[in-house]
Amino acid sequence: MSCCCQTEESTTIQSVSTAIQLSALEDLINRYRGVEGSLISVLQGVQELYGYLPRPVLEHISLQLGMKKARIYGVATFYAQFRLTPVGKHLILLCQGTACHVNGADKIETALCDELGVEMGGTTDDRVFTLTEAACLGCCSLAPVMMIDGQAYGPLTPDRARKVIRDIYKQEEQSREEVGA
Amino acid sequence: MIVRIGLSSCGIAAGGLPVKEALALVIEQQGLDWELQQTGCIGMCHYEPLVDVIHEDGSINTYGNVTMDGAREIVAAEASGTALEKYRIATDREPNDCLAGQVRIALRNCGTIDPESIQDYINSGGYQALQKAVNQMTPKQVIEEIKISGLKGRGGAGFPTWFKWNATRQEPGDIKYLICNADEGDPGAFMDRSLLEGDPHSVLEGMVIAGYAIGAATGIVYARAEYPLAIKRLGKAIEQAQAHGILGSNIMGSGFSFDISIKQGAGAFVCGEETALIASLEGERGMPRLKPPFPSQRGYWDKPSNINNVETLANVPWIIANGGASFAAMGTEDSKGTKVFALAGRIKRGGLVEVPMGMTLREIIFGPGGGIKDDKKFKAVQLGGPSGGCIPEALLDTPVDYQSIKNTGAIMGSGGMVVMDETTCMVDLARYFLNFTQDESCGKCVPCRIGTKRMLEIMERLCAGEGKPGDIDLLEMLGQQIMDGSLCGLGNSAPNPVLTTIRYFRDEYEAHIYDKKCPAKQCKALITYLIEPDKCKGCTLCAKKCPVNCISGEAKKPHVIDQNLCTKCGTCLEVCPSKWSAVSVS
Ligand SMILES: Cc1cc2nc3c(=O)[nH]c(=O)nc-3n(C[C@H](O)[C@H](O)[C@H](O)COP(=O)(O)O)c2cc1C
Ligand code: SF4
Ligand code: SF4
Ligand code: SF4
Ligand code: FES
Ligand code: FES
Repeated sequence: MSCCCQTEESTTIQSVSTAIQLSALEDLINRYRGVEGSLISVLQGVQELYGYLPRPVLEHISLQLGMKKARIYGVATFYAQFRLTPVGKHLILLCQGTACHVNGADKIETALCDELGVEMGGTTDDRVFTLTEAACLGCCSLAPVMMIDGQAYGPLTPDRARKVIRDIYKQEEQSREEVGA
Repeated sequence: MIVRIGLSSCGIAAGGLPVKEALALVIEQQGLDWELQQTGCIGMCHYEPLVDVIHEDGSINTYGNVTMDGAREIVAAEASGTALEKYRIATDREPNDCLAGQVRIALRNCGTIDPESIQDYINSGGYQALQKAVNQMTPKQVIEEIKISGLKGRGGAGFPTWFKWNATRQEPGDIKYLICNADEGDPGAFMDRSLLEGDPHSVLEGMVIAGYAIGAATGIVYARAEYPLAIKRLGKAIEQAQAHGILGSNIMGSGFSFDISIKQGAGAFVCGEETALIASLEGERGMPRLKPPFPSQRGYWDKPSNINNVETLANVPWIIANGGASFAAMGTEDSKGTKVFALAGRIKRGGLVEVPMGMTLREIIFGPGGGIKDDKKFKAVQLGGPSGGCIPEALLDTPVDYQSIKNTGAIMGSGGMVVMDETTCMVDLARYFLNFTQDESCGKCVPCRIGTKRMLEIMERLCAGEGKPGDIDLLEMLGQQIMDGSLCGLGNSAPNPVLTTIRYFRDEYEAHIYDKKCPAKQCKALITYLIEPDKCKGCTLCAKKCPVNCISGEAKKPHVIDQNLCTKCGTCLEVCPSKWSAVSVS
């Protein structure tokens, strides 16, 4: 990630947001305006809205809440939860915790990377999936585990992990067809 | 009749939701007047989805690994007054082996009440301790009762709870805070998640009592963002408690006021450390600072603050209700009461167990834990997560209490117990933990930030077969310096996994360095997969499954692996039919 003080980039907050996002963003800012210590909550709100932290939005927040950009950027890069690049529609958290590690999480990783055609941290070209790691999902006795959109799956085998992905793809296609029909 | 299904994250992951739907459907179709309830997790993870059928006379049949078809069969059988043996794993009179030896204090309601119903909690005796504390006891008496109980912090450090409460109470100032540490960062541990998902009110009740004791009006739960269900249920519980006059002003007519809010963490292990947690609550980067001043002196917004772990707080209502002496009657001289452990790794029956302190590791692992997966050989158990250490077989009879565990070089930690068998490489495991702590180091102090990096480089070299004589000494020296020179508990304990594995598994380190061999056959650089021509029947299975297509051969003729392309993923070994077992690894 390049330094956030260079603002030559011409992206504006309008170009990354829909009207709904803009109005929700204003609500979010108003909710936390003047509330001390709320930066993390604000960023969590932004991420919920956009799926990641778009730079123009961070700049907007910096102006609106009177916070230095460096401070916002410092917090945004400290925590693993925050992402500075867009993610796919479904976020896969593959557990790399101890229990999953000793139960073969690396094999699941290989299978998922192969199935999705991405590396760890990557997003598929069609923006349907982003594959990331998590430290532990708290379902250790079902190791190895992954979580997609808040739902945990385990115990996984490479084949079962592939199947979960294919099933979601299938659902995606179905809903696309329904919308199209 | 009541039908109860376990729906914590684990139960849901195991497929609990469709089973619940199937149950609801048959109950309706058959026109049965049964109540369908959800509950938290009893801790028998390997039996999820779990279904209890509770009869009018109070007797219970417990069914495990219930499928959707199973759900229909169970309802049919129970409706005709019989049990379905195929799925039954226990009854109220004959509890499952997993529960043998367990004493459930913190987990007293987990898996038996609906976590989203405050009425269920109250019906099982909930909030009586709070009533007693705020209306019949002074804050001093509450602290005294906790002192008698001997309760020590369950979050890792094992500091006497009464002492911290008393210190915060005695600080001058009107504004004080009570913080519940629900960050549970230790990978491989899930006690706090299960508690919050299975019985959130017990944690809330403990918080209000603690707030009363220290003189705080505000409570905050700092919860891991990776636990969405726990946060949801806790939020619901807070709303219910507010509506019942259990949170808010003038609680139960006592004149004491207290409220609780939730703040979500954002994924940083170091934020489990108290001062880092406070910085994070204040919206900053979660970097620890030097203690003293302790949080009890200067904590959240510089006000006196007391931080307790989820499990510590869940014990509090029980202690107030039953008296500190009954808690102290369990456990050992040094460690009173019970402790919840999360059993995971290469274990047969992973799950949550709560046992009296002083039980031996062997009794836990081979009792409720059921021994090692696939009947392999036990090798080590890791306690205390990335800050802890590995305990070898020779020390399996160590009783689980704070001091005895410390003597082995590990720490009690928060209760994560990850079991390893002969297929786990201890050098790789130590590398894994160091990778974790190095990644999570906040970077504030040099020994931790750079020291762990240097240690990790050495560990990576060892696993890559590039170890040199002298590496072990170097690791030990660096480890000692990092422990002595780091600012917070993360750096102070980061070398522990390396140092304990060197202490107990030195031969594995030596094999990596001198023989360039990985005895557990895990380190990819040190192993090769081979197809034994005389055993291979040429079934082509491995060639089809190899992810890099590096196995060739004609059907019905011996196959060959191209070693230059092989990524050592182990797939061929896994898929080769066991009647031939033609793939070997060396
Ligand atoms: C790096 C680090 C991580 C920690 N993580 C946790 C945690 O996830 N949960 C927890 O309760 N305590 C954690 N602790 C311990 C806390 O700092 C603190 O001792 C504890 O929350 C106090 O509560 P207790 O007295 O009830 O145990 C951690 C400590 C360190 C140094
Ligand atoms: S020991 Fe490590 S985690 Fe702790 S303050 Fe120093 S650099 Fe940060
Ligand atoms: S170990 Fe994996 S990559 Fe190597 S031959 Fe076997 S299946 Fe192929
Ligand atoms: S799976 Fe086994 S028997 Fe079949 S071709 Fe491969 S090595 Fe030979
Ligand atoms: S170690 Fe993977 S879920 Fe905990
Ligand atoms: S079944 Fe819930 S923690 Fe295991």
